[in-house]
Formats: sequence, C-alpha cells, structure tokens
Amino acid sequence: MNSIFGIVVKRLAAGLVTILVVSALIFVGIEALPGDPATAILGQQATEENLAALRKELKLDLPPHIRYFSWLNGFIHGDLGRSLSNQRPVSEMIGWRFSNTLFLALSAACIAVPLALSLGLLAALYKDTMLDKSLSIASLSAISFPEFFVGYILIAIFSVKLHMFPSVASINDGMSFLQKLNVIVLPCITLMLVVLAHMMRMTRASVIGILTSPYIEMARLKGVEMRAIITKHALPNALAPIVNVVIMDLAWLIVGVVVVEVVFVYPGLGQLLVDSVSKRDLPVVQASGLIFACTYILLNLTADILSILANPKLRIPK
Amino acid sequence: MVGVKKIKNAPWSAKIGILMVSITLLTALFAPVIAPFDEAEKVGDIWLAPGGKTILGTDQLGRDLFTRMVYGARNTIAIALLITFLAFLVGVVTGLMAATVGGWLDMIFSRIVDVFMAFPALILTLMILSILGTSIPVLIIVIALLDATKVFRLARALAMDITVMEFVEVARLRGEGLRWIIIKEILPNALPALIAEFGLRFCFIFLFISALSFLGLGIQPPAADWGSMVRENAGAISFGIFVPLYPAAAIAFLTVGINLVVDWFLHISAQIRAQ
Repeated sequence: MNSIFGIVVKRLAAGLVTILVVSALIFVGIEALPGDPATAILGQQATEENLAALRKELKLDLPPHIRYFSWLNGFIHGDLGRSLSNQRPVSEMIGWRFSNTLFLALSAACIAVPLALSLGLLAALYKDTMLDKSLSIASLSAISFPEFFVGYILIAIFSVKLHMFPSVASINDGMSFLQKLNVIVLPCITLMLVVLAHMMRMTRASVIGILTSPYIEMARLKGVEMRAIITKHALPNALAPIVNVVIMDLAWLIVGVVVVEVVFVYPGLGQLLVDSVSKRDLPVVQASGLIFACTYILLNLTADILSILANPKLRIPK
Repeated sequence: MVGVKKIKNAPWSAKIGILMVSITLLTALFAPVIAPFDEAEKVGDIWLAPGGKTILGTDQLGRDLFTRMVYGARNTIAIALLITFLAFLVGVVTGLMAATVGGWLDMIFSRIVDVFMAFPALILTLMILSILGTSIPVLIIVIALLDATKVFRLARALAMDITVMEFVEVARLRGEGLRWIIIKEILPNALPALIAEFGLRFCFIFLFISALSFLGLGIQPPAADWGSMVRENAGAISFGIFVPLYPAAAIAFLTVGINLVVDWFLHISAQIRAQ
C-alpha cells in the first residue's frame, strides 16, 4: 500500500504546483498589461492625489511579488477585489453565478455519465452490428457539431415550434427546484450531448480493448459465464480508463458550459467571463479564469488519483 | 493512380466526407464567382424570407444571407488553415527537435507544454484576449501557439518511437547531421500520422474560432464569418425565423465531412501498421 500512497501524494503535490504556476501566470499576464488600473477606474481627468490614493487602496504601490501573494491570499479567503466596470466586489458577482454554473454542469453530468457508459458498453458488446454502427455515426457527427448549433436546433424545435420549454434560461433564487429544472432543460441537454458522444466512444474503445485481451479469452475457454466475465474480469480492469475518461470529459464540460450559457443567456460564470473579456474588466476575468482553471485542474487530478487507486496492478506490492 | 483507386474503394462514409469537404472548399475558393451580391451589400429589408432575388433570405442588416455564407466560408476557412499550418510548423519542428536532441532541450519544451496543457484552451484564450484585445493577428498567433503544444506532443511521441530504429542509428553512425536525420529519416516515417492529425487539428481550430466568433471575441464584423453570423442573427430565432441555423449548419457540415475522411484515413493507417 505504501507505494500507492506515495504515488498519490506525489500526484497531489504536482497538482498543487500546477495551480500555483497557473495562478502566477494569470497574475503576471495581467500585470504585463500596458496602462494603469487606477487611471482606468478614475478616468483620464483624475487628479494626481486621487490617483495616488486609489493606488494605495489597490496596493499598487507595493512591489509585484508582495502583491501576488496578497492577491493569492485574498483569493483563498474569498476576497477577489473590485470590478473595474461597476465597482462591486468580484466575489459578490461570482459566488451566485458559479453556483448556477455548477448546478447546470452537474445536472448535465448526472444524465450524461450513466447514459454514455451504458451506450458505450452496448456498442462494445454488440460490436459491428447495426446498433454499433449507427451509434458510431451518430456520435461522430455529434462530436463535430458546434455547441451553439445543437442549442439553437433545440430552441427552434422545443421552444419556438412546440412551446415546451423557455428559450432563455433566466434563473433566480425565488424559483422552486422544479421550476429551476424546467428552465435548464434545454441548456442541460445541449451540454449533455456535447460530452455524451466522446464519453461513449471512449468507453466503447476501452471495453473492446479489454474484451479482446488474452485473460478474457482464457476465462471464456474455461467456460465462465458471460455475465461473470463482464462483472468479475472485464469491469475491474476497465474501470480505471473509464473513470479517467468520465472525469476528463467533466473537465471538458466545464469549458463547454461557456458557449452554452451564452446561447441560453444563462446567468453563470461563463457568461460573466465572456462579458468581462469584452469589457476588459480584468479583476473579474482574473478571478473567473482562475476558478475555471482550478476546477479543471482539480478534476484532472481526481481522474489521475482515481485511476491510480482503481488500477488492480498497483494493489500488489512489488 | 493509386490515390484515385483508393478513393474508389473507400467506404461510402468516406466518399460522402470527401464530397462534403470539396463542396465547402470549392465554395470558399470561388466565393466571388458564386456569390450573387457583394459581401457587404444591402439588398432589402431585414430577415426577408427566402425567395425572390435572394436564395436564403436576408440577415439582420438586410444583406443577402447566401452571399454572406459564401464569403463566410472563405474568411473562416482561410484563417483556420493559416492557424493550422502555423501550429504544425511550430509543433512539428520543436517536437522532432525535442525527441532527437533530447536532454535539456526536451526538458524545457516539455515542461512549457505541460503548463499550457493544464489550462483549458478556451479559458486561456479568453484571458489572453482580455489583455491584448481581439484582432486577427492576435487570434492567429495565440491559437496557433496553443495548438502547437498538442502537435508537439504527437510529433515528439512519434519521433521518440522512430529515433530508436536501426536506420536512424545507421544514419547517425554514418555521420549525418541533425537536420538530415530529422528531414530524411524521421519526418517521412511520422508523416501519415501527422496528416491525419492535421485534419483533426484543423477541425478543432475551425470549431474553436467559430465558438470565439460566436462569443463576439473572434473575427469582427463587417467581415462575413459563420460564427459571428450565428451570433448576429441569434435574436431572429424567437420570431420563428431560423436564419442563425444556416451558418451553424454550415460549420457542422464541414466538420462532419472532415471527421468522416479522417476516420477512414485512421483506419487505413491502422491497417498498414498491422501488416
């Protein structure tokens, strides 16, 4: 067990270092920007005293490495600075939107993961049949469709023609859980389709890879029942790669959410990021970018650690 | 010719893919001949229904939608192709160098690439665009460098397998220079996998630019571009006018086509390797 523990700790440390490097890059990138945030906030007509006072308030008079650590410290304690465009605290703008984004992404994941795994398994077990081939063509086209194409098709059918679901997913805290679900049906399906196809194809590939391996053939020749082969021999070995793919795809979902939120005008973090980029509201871009990046890195880290833990070969000490 | 025979024996899905890609490429190439109007010419009221002198109706400013679609093909594909070429130039050169030279050079390149890969590309691009502002040169350089990291990984992995082969060893002992070994020994052997990757990469880059344009941060108006056209006409859909679906479908048409061809190509190279 010692060796597994060691590998996991090493991987965790590497993840932490990545997050630090990424946060430093984000900070330096925005620091390197020509121009002075104080002038940007107060405008060109500001007096020299006002500028100096604001610089002091924003801690711009301190050297960069101290500002980086105070920014990072603030980030950990939930203080993300103030928006340049409306002076509101960034944490206030981000908190609610981030929970909306997580709500949407988690709902999509709850449907996509079981569906993708069962379709992938079916396609692998019935390899080269009509079912497998049609799933293959369907998923290949789904991968090639841009998210907004899927989104607008769904809006055209279910919102404009059939009046079943709203085309604009405006969500607020006054809504009941069911009302919220009703509003996010279309963005959720869009997001789900984006990852479903990839997850399914990867599941199919890894199950086929394992079903053709020698020890499965051995079990078959021994006369083991098909069900026992799948549950006892194939699944434990297929688990690691599949868990890996599922979590990697969830990380991808966090990115896909940006476009989907814009299509459905959903008040999430992605929408905020896009708006702030076009307004060049740097504190907001900095904070939401770092949150997206951290979520992505943490998911990848989880994928790595789970696949280390799920790998049967590593359980036997050398 | 071998090529023609191969296409004749290709599965129907690949043939459809080739047809789809050629239609789009020819449209892009002959845009000024095909388009009935000028790129920015107003031909009537906004969001006119198809029919009359327009084929697909008009857009949110009353420009001919079909004309915009045709020019959109030209603009978007040209930029995506340029980015893909740049990404391959940088990625393949650095990847092959890293694998053949090895040592500290490999270390430096690989660590830089690791950092970039830890970041979701869309988020990173958005952050860079917020600093540098959106313009075509910035877009081209940023996306090309980001995708070069992925090409680097593939080229390095391919070259790693090839450098340990006997014929490379022989060339080394014969005293050939590094350039000669990379160009004459390694590159030709890595080429088939790189070509398939080129198709896929182009697909990703094309979708990526379309997504950026759709978010309003890619190719800027008045240039016609499929992603921006979806964005500009998005409002029409709540009136039951499906204008934004046409450019979105055009994007899907090209990417599905490329994927069908690449899928077939990967099958062939897998068969060759199996022999």
